[in-house]
Amino acid sequence: MSYTASELMIVAAARALAGTRTVFVGVGLPNIACNLARRTVAPDLELIYEAGVYGARPARLPLSIGDPTLVTGATAVVSQADLFGLYLQGGLVDVALLGGAQIDRFGNLNTTVIGDYTRPKVRLPGSGGACEIAANARRTFMIMRLKRRAFVNALDFVTSPGHLEGGASRQRLGLPGGGPALVITDLALFDFDNPEREMQLIATHPGVSVDQVCAEIAWDLRLASHVTETPAPTADELRIVREELDPEGTYRGREPV
Amino acid sequence: MTDKRCSMREAIARYVHDGMSVAIEGFTACICFAAGHEIIRQRRRNLTLIRMTPDLIYDQMVAAGVASKMIFSYLGNPGVGSLNAIRRAVEHGVPAPLELEEYSHYGMVGRYIAGATRLPFFPLRSYLGSDMPRANPLIRMVEDPYGGAPIAVVPPLNPDVAVIHAQRADVSGNTQLWGLIGSQKEVAFAARRRIVVVEEIVDEAVIRADPNRTLIPGLIVDAVVHEPYGAHPSYAQGYYDRDNQFYLAWEELSQEHERIVAWLDAWVYGVPDRAAYLEKLGAARLAQLKPAPAPAGVVDYGAYQ
Repeated sequence: MSYTASELMIVAAARALAGTRTVFVGVGLPNIACNLARRTVAPDLELIYEAGVYGARPARLPLSIGDPTLVTGATAVVSQADLFGLYLQGGLVDVALLGGAQIDRFGNLNTTVIGDYTRPKVRLPGSGGACEIAANARRTFMIMRLKRRAFVNALDFVTSPGHLEGGASRQRLGLPGGGPALVITDLALFDFDNPEREMQLIATHPGVSVDQVCAEIAWDLRLASHVTETPAPTADELRIVREELDPEGTYRGREPV
Repeated sequence: MTDKRCSMREAIARYVHDGMSVAIEGFTACICFAAGHEIIRQRRRNLTLIRMTPDLIYDQMVAAGVASKMIFSYLGNPGVGSLNAIRRAVEHGVPAPLELEEYSHYGMVGRYIAGATRLPFFPLRSYLGSDMPRANPLIRMVEDPYGGAPIAVVPPLNPDVAVIHAQRADVSGNTQLWGLIGSQKEVAFAARRRIVVVEEIVDEAVIRADPNRTLIPGLIVDAVVHEPYGAHPSYAQGYYDRDNQFYLAWEELSQEHERIVAWLDAWVYGVPDRAAYLEKLGAARLAQLKPAPAPAGVVDYGAYQ
């Protein structure tokens, strides 16, 4: 069964949420991935949105992070003071999904500017909640397309802290959350399970070579001891994504890989 | 009970003046576009615009030239793309340069809380390991007086004026808001003046029948504006949906400054008030945005005589 790169990213992210209790969700692919996880590998998953929603049960695909469908039928709708203070800083977020324009080998993220901060070449959206989400969530998963201009040696601006300079630098600084755990891209999966806390290749997607992956990364990529192949999406996963979660194809793409 | 009702024109003329700091809050929901448009029509200048998510409303206001500075935490068209007018102002100084003062979401929330509770700062577990404090020296690190690790603090924020859009209020401004309440309560208590804009004016008895839903007491409200659909193309939970078509269209429309100017001529300067804007929008469009009902269950507060 053919599938798109976005569908594979959605499915890979959903599978990684197996057994997770609470997830901090973003719009787009992360939103579809979390809803797929709840219907498959994580039936007890509670969806948390920075707009102030806990336990969302969206009846339609939300375009924005503050869609009214997230409110109706949710377990709780709270102020943002409560959402960021009690839920996030209170340590109740198991996994948060983040993205960015640039990421480095330790999972630090830039969503602020390309170029100099005071005279930016491109002005990006900025932090939103990402800076405190990256600091406080137990683990963070990044969902990004693998491109050389995004996987860089040095960020133009560190918006959200990952493993900082690697090793135990994150704990030394006093960041409460565990930091980046997984990077999900359209070509491969990476984790940080080594003492240096450096991004390492753990799986390539079907039909993708290690060389192809390395070509899209600015630094010398570290390989895990066993690099596996990502299992292709199942018919059931694809059916849920296509028929229930994104019937109009807004986010899942059209071009099969 | 004081009747604080007035028109949007009167409220803006009375409370929003050149050079002031203005917060029109609402996180995706209940963003008072009607107030933003009236500020544009009254040609205010050199405003400091405050919002966590500037959204299309500040994109329009920046393009119209009302602002010289913005305090914010997320500069995007939610779910769609960029805020192109604000980017043009920041990247190219078109139509005029715009000074930015930037935080994260929780930093903005913390500023409102410190402002509302009259505290000198708000501590939060954020900004460690981030370049944000270097970009904005108002974000600082302090020693924990109880011996823990250093912690980030942000200063209080007290906007000159806050505009809060809500579902309903009584004539004295006791205001009830539901759905995404965002930071509307915090910004209202932080501000020096508060304009409340509502879909419905209700009897005081309606407010008193459900006191847990009252976010803002009339005590701190200066003006009450009855402006149905005043949040369009944003939304009011239970009253109308977000006009996502408009948010998607804005991405294309806002690519060029001249096209925004033409849009402002037609939809802001070209109409005298919100009622005329709605007439131009058309009843059919509004009908499409009407959700099916999903009423809350009734709770019993009990009568204790």
